[in-house]
Amino acid sequence: MTANDIRAVLQDELGRIAPEIDFDSLDARADLREEADIDSMDFLNLLTALHVRLHVDIPEADNAKLITVQGAIDYLTAKLAATA
Amino acid sequence: MPSLGADMEAGTLVEWLRKPGETVKRGDIIAVAETQKGAIEIEVFDDGVLDRYLVDLGVEVPVGTPLAIIRKEGEAAAPTPAPSAPPRAEPPPQPPPAPTAQPAAPAVPAAGRVAASPAARQLAEARRIDLAQVTGSGPGGVIVLADVARLAAEAQLAAKARVKSPAAFNIEQMRMAIAAAMSRSKREIPHYYLADTIDAAQAVNWVAAHNADRPPQERLLVGALFVKATALAAKSFPEFNGKFEAGVFTAGPAVHAGVAIAIRGGGLIAPAIHGASELPLDELMAKMRDLVARVRAGRFRSSEIADPTITVSSLGDRGVETLFGVIYPPQVAIVGFGKIVDRPWAEGDALAVRPVVTTTLAADHRVSDGHRGALFLARIGELLQRPEAL
Repeated sequence: MTANDIRAVLQDELGRIAPEIDFDSLDARADLREEADIDSMDFLNLLTALHVRLHVDIPEADNAKLITVQGAIDYLTAKLAATA
Repeated sequence: MPSLGADMEAGTLVEWLRKPGETVKRGDIIAVAETQKGAIEIEVFDDGVLDRYLVDLGVEVPVGTPLAIIRKEGEAAAPTPAPSAPPRAEPPPQPPPAPTAQPAAPAVPAAGRVAASPAARQLAEARRIDLAQVTGSGPGGVIVLADVARLAAEAQLAAKARVKSPAAFNIEQMRMAIAAAMSRSKREIPHYYLADTIDAAQAVNWVAAHNADRPPQERLLVGALFVKATALAAKSFPEFNGKFEAGVFTAGPAVHAGVAIAIRGGGLIAPAIHGASELPLDELMAKMRDLVARVRAGRFRSSEIADPTITVSSLGDRGVETLFGVIYPPQVAIVGFGKIVDRPWAEGDALAVRPVVTTTLAADHRVSDGHRGALFLARIGELLQRPEAL
């Protein structure tokens, strides 16, 4: 799975939580919670969706690494590459 | 049409989920109504058999209007109304139990005979259109078939349009509903406010340890502990848990915690988590997640809207430190939790940095005083020092 595929998954799942946002215009290096106006429950639901869909373990201690769009793509790409 | 809180006056039936003749039991969802707050799933409050519908799809009716007749198992079917009577002119022989303590009187038009052609009457009966509301275009103002057909078509179209977009509730309507409830609150409820700052380290650390080896779907948020601690404290302080109606406070039979959930794009709703004080944390968290998901989809159950006995508003990990709540009538208290922040904290004679949270209480002076309010808020703080016991 390429970084672009992961980006598409992230876009899709974030779209379920915040349907009105324009994913492409988000600042990929800014705090997603501020960028997309999502709260802790939304963020947990996003992690849940990514975990279920990509079968990637995301320990809670790693939450901070997924707090930006770019951070999440990098993290998930590396995790998937490690398990492949 | 169940009363869904202080701010709702009417609802439009958009979907029947059960058919006449089917057995229904307490808690079953039998219909969906569209209201200012979005789509509400209407629950049955008694066991029995759905006898017949009294309201047609697409028709807006005031709160308190009987929607259907439910007869007890074994009871004879209710008589069908005579075809010559306008459908709502005849009070149902057995009104369905009202979900709240204050059922509004159903809107019953004066039982005078309206001039209408037999065909118009028949169609009106079939589509449950109130002839008293129809303007006749026939000779002498007589209602003819075309008049009723036009209304029926409009109602059907409106119902279809609504069913197609259940999530698209009207933000202006929501704003009006909030305005009505909050105006009433500020007009009628003599609020008093208390605040406290508590050490949140125990709660935060306990949640982190709990979540460490769990996949995201099994994790807790500190917000679930806030709801549980508030619900447990409310059990011991009944004057903060209940409803003030018609000049009388009635303590709630259980703690149905209304959890304030912001709606994307604007608006707010605080549906109930029933019996929150008795739920294990995992279950409470699952219910909060489910509630948030359904609020996002704009669809919740009538009991969730009508039942809260106290509101909990938690700002989560963003926002500000202190929340000054406005009580949602007819409730008598709202407990607020600000953002958890690291602050210097005196521990014995040393200074430490601790995650702390500001808790607030807005309560109704008609029911309680600051002394009890302070004890209530302090109890919530104490409970949060022992998260393992929640």
